[in-house]
Amino acid sequence: MSVAAPSSLRQVIAASSAGTMIEWYDFYIFGSLAPIIATQFFPQNNPTAALLSTLATFAAGFVVRPFGALFFGRLGDMVGRKYTFMMTLMLMGGATFLIGCVPSFTQIGFWAPLIVFTLRLLQGLALGGEYGGAATYVAEHSPDGKRGYWTSWIQTTATLGLFLSLIVIMLTKISMTEEAFSDWGWRIPFWLSILMVGISYLIRRNMSESPSFATIKKEGTISRNPIKESFGHRLNFKYVLLALLGATMGQGVIWYTGHYYAMHFLKNDCRVESFMVEEIMTVAFVAGTPFFVVFGWLSDTWGRKKIMLTGMAIAALSYFPIYKTMYSVATNAHRTELTEKTTIQQSGVREEGIAGDSVIMTVTHREFTDGTSYDEKVTTRIHADGTSAQPVIKASNHLNSKDFWMLVGLIFIQVLFVTMVYGPIAAFLVEMFPVRIRYTSMSLPYHIGNGVFGGLMPAVAAYLTMNAKGSGEVPLQVDWYVQGLWYPVIIASVCFVIGFLYIDGTDHRMDD
Amino acid sequence: MNAIKRLAGWIWMALGGIVGYFSVTSLGVPKLQAGFDGNTSELVFGLIVTLILTPLIVGAMLVFGYYAVSGEYDQT
Repeated sequence: MSVAAPSSLRQVIAASSAGTMIEWYDFYIFGSLAPIIATQFFPQNNPTAALLSTLATFAAGFVVRPFGALFFGRLGDMVGRKYTFMMTLMLMGGATFLIGCVPSFTQIGFWAPLIVFTLRLLQGLALGGEYGGAATYVAEHSPDGKRGYWTSWIQTTATLGLFLSLIVIMLTKISMTEEAFSDWGWRIPFWLSILMVGISYLIRRNMSESPSFATIKKEGTISRNPIKESFGHRLNFKYVLLALLGATMGQGVIWYTGHYYAMHFLKNDCRVESFMVEEIMTVAFVAGTPFFVVFGWLSDTWGRKKIMLTGMAIAALSYFPIYKTMYSVATNAHRTELTEKTTIQQSGVREEGIAGDSVIMTVTHREFTDGTSYDEKVTTRIHADGTSAQPVIKASNHLNSKDFWMLVGLIFIQVLFVTMVYGPIAAFLVEMFPVRIRYTSMSLPYHIGNGVFGGLMPAVAAYLTMNAKGSGEVPLQVDWYVQGLWYPVIIASVCFVIGFLYIDGTDHRMDD
Repeated sequence: MNAIKRLAGWIWMALGGIVGYFSVTSLGVPKLQAGFDGNTSELVFGLIVTLILTPLIVGAMLVFGYYAVSGEYDQT
């Protein structure tokens, strides 16, 4: 197999990584802006539409990724890697830009959620095709013995894409009022996508086809039916199953626990101020991202299996203590309140349009000796007949500096687990499959493991937590806040055992 | 090692069956029923478990276990 010179390899990686990072950015801004998207595009009082909103936000984009993997993987194995991931880039950029242009529910009614849902599906399809193409393309340019190192740059892109989405959203929020952001400012991160995709397109346009694919094209040995060859024959399908159950499934839940669920946990269960959570995540991502390359590089000598499975085992064993510590650090049970600084303000407003209803709002501010402050806004609707609705509580903790850095450290540890399982996995997957069906074969297990098992993790864990907490004042279980972790812990544990028993961790060559 | 791999194949198949059974009897279907009675979060969870996770886990575990028992993953 011919490989690229180091300087040209750096260009290949820069061009591939830039595009892949933008695709992750596009995919994640939807998730990060989900609460605003729900209010803009979905009716608030219709349960069916609210369900559609939830599904669209949490699941549709993830669930459709394996279909994108099949569609674009097949194309990539028949037409070429380069052209295929150029297509996915354009598709993702177009869909993301259009989400930012869709009129709101109040303007076009049910067309709004329908269009957004369709565009979200297109985003998922595009991402399903992009990652496998980029990973395969870089791997096929890399020499044996250094593939883990070179492909690890592609592995940084998912975290960097999420990081970029947080930065763009934070900068947009800072540059305008809260009302302006909720009204129209949230569209800016979507519009910016078209600019980034345009730049990435120009960079990628002049790249050549991967050497391995160019060779089989010249020899005329391209697969005529990559899907049938990948999944219709036991000889290859057994490796697809092994990749899923022994590697990508565990990797997926660990990625989403360390990134998305940690963020959700701090905001919703610990009630840390939203902007502060974004700062914590951003610092931890910046500190942790270089370790993708470190573990990718180490996997070339230590072995991919050892590093990935060690990360999986440590994560499964330490999630419960880590999250219990996070909860204890971020909440106020251990703090001493400065009662003289506590303020409670109550106001009552008669609601317009709803006859006889009034809304009572109680705003409480507390301060603690360690510098932490706590704000709570309780809104209670009193009906005309004297009954009251369930109060809506919005609370947020502004943490002191010591606890802020403690949380950064705890998130950083989780990002390290992610880098251990995710850094070497691109090289691991491409080395499992032959060049003629590589794009298709590696994309499907990756997107089922990462997209479906991982992508559904925050929704499943949030449900398990909510169920353990119950709806009353006193939680049903004492440690309700860690019950959601059973999902990643069980999946990562099963994945570890399967990977440990069945993966042969000695061979790092590609079968070209 | 090959004997352990084959033996463990039975465990993966059994695990697939157990997951399938519990998702039908205590997770997926009851949640769906609660969901159809108006609880949206139960319905979303029920749909995720019944339509997405269960078929994937059960199908993959059964086939993987069968391959393991058949010696497909034996080292030669």
